Amino acid sequence: MTILDTIVQGVLLGGLYALFAAGLSLVFGIMRLVNLAHGDLIVLAAFLILVLVNGLGLNPFLAVLIVMPLMFIAGYALQAVLLNRTLGKDVLPPLLVTFGLSIVLQNALLEGFSADSRRISAGALETASINLGAVTIGLMPLMAFLSAVAVIVGLNLLIYRTALGRAFRATSDDPVTAGLMGIRPRQVFAVATGLAMAVVAIAALYLGTRANFDPTAGPARLIYAFEAVIIGGLGSLWGTLAGGVILGVAQTLGAAVNPEWQILSGHLAFLAVLLIRPRGLFPRAVD
Amino acid sequence: MTALLETKGLKAFYGDFQALFGVDITVAEGETIAIIGANGAGKTTLMRALSGVLTNAPDSVFCRGEAVGALAAPDILARGIAMVSEGRRLFPSLTVEENLMIGAYGKRRGAWTLATVYDLFPILKERRANPATALSGGQQQMVAIGRALMANPDVLLCDEISLGLAPVVVRDIYAAFPRIRESGAAIVIVEQDIGQALKVANRVYCMMEGRITLSGRPEALSRAAIHAAYFGAQSHDHS
Amino acid sequence: MTIAIPSLKVETRTRASSVSRLIALAVLALGLAAPFLVSRGAVQDLFFILTMLVLAQSWNLLAGYAGLISVGQQVFVGFGAYAMFGAVILFGIDPIPAILIAGVLSALLAIPTAFFTFRLYGPYFAIGTWVVAEVVRLLLAQWKTLGGGTGTSLPREAVRDMAGVGLLRDLFGMKPAQASDAITYWLALILAAATIGFIYRLLRSKQGLGLAAVRDNEQAARAVGVDARRMKAMVYLATAFMTGLAGALIYVQKARISPDAAFSVTDWTAYVIFIVVIGGIGTIEGPILGVILFFLLQNLLADYGSWYLLMLGLAGILTMLFAPRGLWGAFSDRTGIQLFPVRRTLVGGPSVHQGGSSHG
Repeated sequence: MTILDTIVQGVLLGGLYALFAAGLSLVFGIMRLVNLAHGDLIVLAAFLILVLVNGLGLNPFLAVLIVMPLMFIAGYALQAVLLNRTLGKDVLPPLLVTFGLSIVLQNALLEGFSADSRRISAGALETASINLGAVTIGLMPLMAFLSAVAVIVGLNLLIYRTALGRAFRATSDDPVTAGLMGIRPRQVFAVATGLAMAVVAIAALYLGTRANFDPTAGPARLIYAFEAVIIGGLGSLWGTLAGGVILGVAQTLGAAVNPEWQILSGHLAFLAVLLIRPRGLFPRAVD
Repeated sequence: MTALLETKGLKAFYGDFQALFGVDITVAEGETIAIIGANGAGKTTLMRALSGVLTNAPDSVFCRGEAVGALAAPDILARGIAMVSEGRRLFPSLTVEENLMIGAYGKRRGAWTLATVYDLFPILKERRANPATALSGGQQQMVAIGRALMANPDVLLCDEISLGLAPVVVRDIYAAFPRIRESGAAIVIVEQDIGQALKVANRVYCMMEGRITLSGRPEALSRAAIHAAYFGAQSHDHS
Repeated sequence: MTIAIPSLKVETRTRASSVSRLIALAVLALGLAAPFLVSRGAVQDLFFILTMLVLAQSWNLLAGYAGLISVGQQVFVGFGAYAMFGAVILFGIDPIPAILIAGVLSALLAIPTAFFTFRLYGPYFAIGTWVVAEVVRLLLAQWKTLGGGTGTSLPREAVRDMAGVGLLRDLFGMKPAQASDAITYWLALILAAATIGFIYRLLRSKQGLGLAAVRDNEQAARAVGVDARRMKAMVYLATAFMTGLAGALIYVQKARISPDAAFSVTDWTAYVIFIVVIGGIGTIEGPILGVILFFLLQNLLADYGSWYLLMLGLAGILTMLFAPRGLWGAFSDRTGIQLFPVRRTLVGGPSVHQGGSSHG
């Protein structure tokens, strides 16, 4: 494997991490909430897709179209019923409630699906690749990357070009004044979390087709998502993609030296960025 | 005839602190009301209760006869009551035009659109793409008023719109009020600038320490009466 | 007109606390005698309860008083345990001094750790601590001398010949295994008592007042001259020391280590968080109540495996939503009883009631 090939694989892996991170970034940007169950929700979505693929014999891409609205509803309900109650000046309640949720989800999935590793089968697509001489690009990793770009373009259009996006930004600035404009902040938050969960469904498809996953795979996904967000800088979705790419490249380069160092070198890249640029590479948010 | 907007015996509390002690005001259609009073008289609290920011006076605020004191701000807005908050409270993440557009989030139709607001405050059209907080104080106040107008309100509540602005800027802003009135909206102005308030209002309420101490038509009120209602009659004895 | 000012005194002690001081001494005395009174299994149970209590009190000080919500405290458990293993295996040091060395090294590890995590704002601090724990776990898994990813055991003779084992055998005729259980248990008892004593004194001191001020309103506290950052850093270091000691002690008793077990987020952080949250965050009594409840639940429900954790998670969520100050907080609010009063009450004024104050 050449170094160029390693870097290209890392960039594509970064697309997957950006997909993990986009929902986290969106929710944090609007309501300063960090959902510690984010990774477990990705795994939940992966199991939902798995059930549709294995149980009903659906094509995984069709399954994800069904799971997206389901996850939107789940996210909306989660925010409306649970998380809205925890919002306030104190950061403790939302963190502890979502931490509890993470444990609940992991163990519910263990009960439902056992601790076995699973994989979503994408058929012939799994092995399909484009050969460019020195570099071979797998079709699924490429689609994951392109999906990440599409998701970020879509979310940016939503945030900067629609009435809902204006409501997101206004509520993030000042929820009381947003109320005077006729915006219901709690409803806006619920829609935002719903959207984040719809993105999570897309991330889950590529998580489940790329490698094995099991009910305890969530926390590591949360950490990658978090690292991508911090490396990129809070408040910028393109920054999050850049963060994901840096993380992915660091991991594949580390793995090329020694397979055991893959995860570790990703973490070290994150710490290095935190050391040199504590606000990330492309910070946008003021706080 | 029921009033467009009315309070009956409105009391308000912040924890143990009582800010309003039974306030009665009425606003009829098309009227311009000024509420004057010193700092801490309870004017802003009254506006917060009228606009749905405070929601703990269920039986004291009425809109066209309906009790609305417990309704949240979006529900109050849906009944045609919009507010220009003290300190303007523009959204810094939004441009001037986006701030105006978000005023129409409630989708109430009427005379006020982006075009008519730009017509009222032409400078805003020039600066439409700027971040709202990059504007001068007076221009920001225009955005705040325009944003409230975009909801096409029946009652426009204006809380301390001249605060911190130069007199010449205040004059420019008040110059827009006749046109706002022509659109049919009733206006409630909270002011510390008594002169400005008396000039535009049909009726004046004076507040002190959480109570209405004087009300009437501006031409019928003597300076001495206003002075007494504003500062308290024998206010310099205790202390 | 002049008003005679009655002599006022600021007190943090309450009548219940004087009683609880006596109770505490009695419990301590009884606790010291436990290895002679109860079975070896019960001593091991008590050891588990006491070490979890130390972890819970440390996390409570960190999150409940200093507002530093960490989900990465397993780093100090694991690092403390590995430091102890290293000292014993590589340098042949007796496990008991090795525990102390492990505590000191854990506190030293907290310095670079804080350097990174303190750069992260509020909620992101939590995940940052988790990343750091992962980094330390992955690094230690590379250390082949200590078993790499699969782990290793303490040499049998290290525990058997541990300081004090011989003495107990000679004095009371205890078998080595029984004696080493008794010794680790006593150390756990001392550590738990010292941890609670330290936190109690800290919270009643001037620094404790500063900490409370920072928690209530950081900006205002800074404005009156409280160095919030320094205060938080000191608490972070102190809890790293206590957690590291507890980690090392736990692994002297376990005698077998692996990176996954020693850095387990479930065992050393999730359980601890639920103990504190359900018992009552921001109180000293809460973690004590929580750890007892946790032990009972674990014995009742351990057979249900993941259902047990699922229910624990649900209980934590419900507590946070409906009784955010936990069971002890709800009890204390209703009765005014505080066993470890750290709030200040004015005594001696005309209209001041003795006992618990009701303001929050």
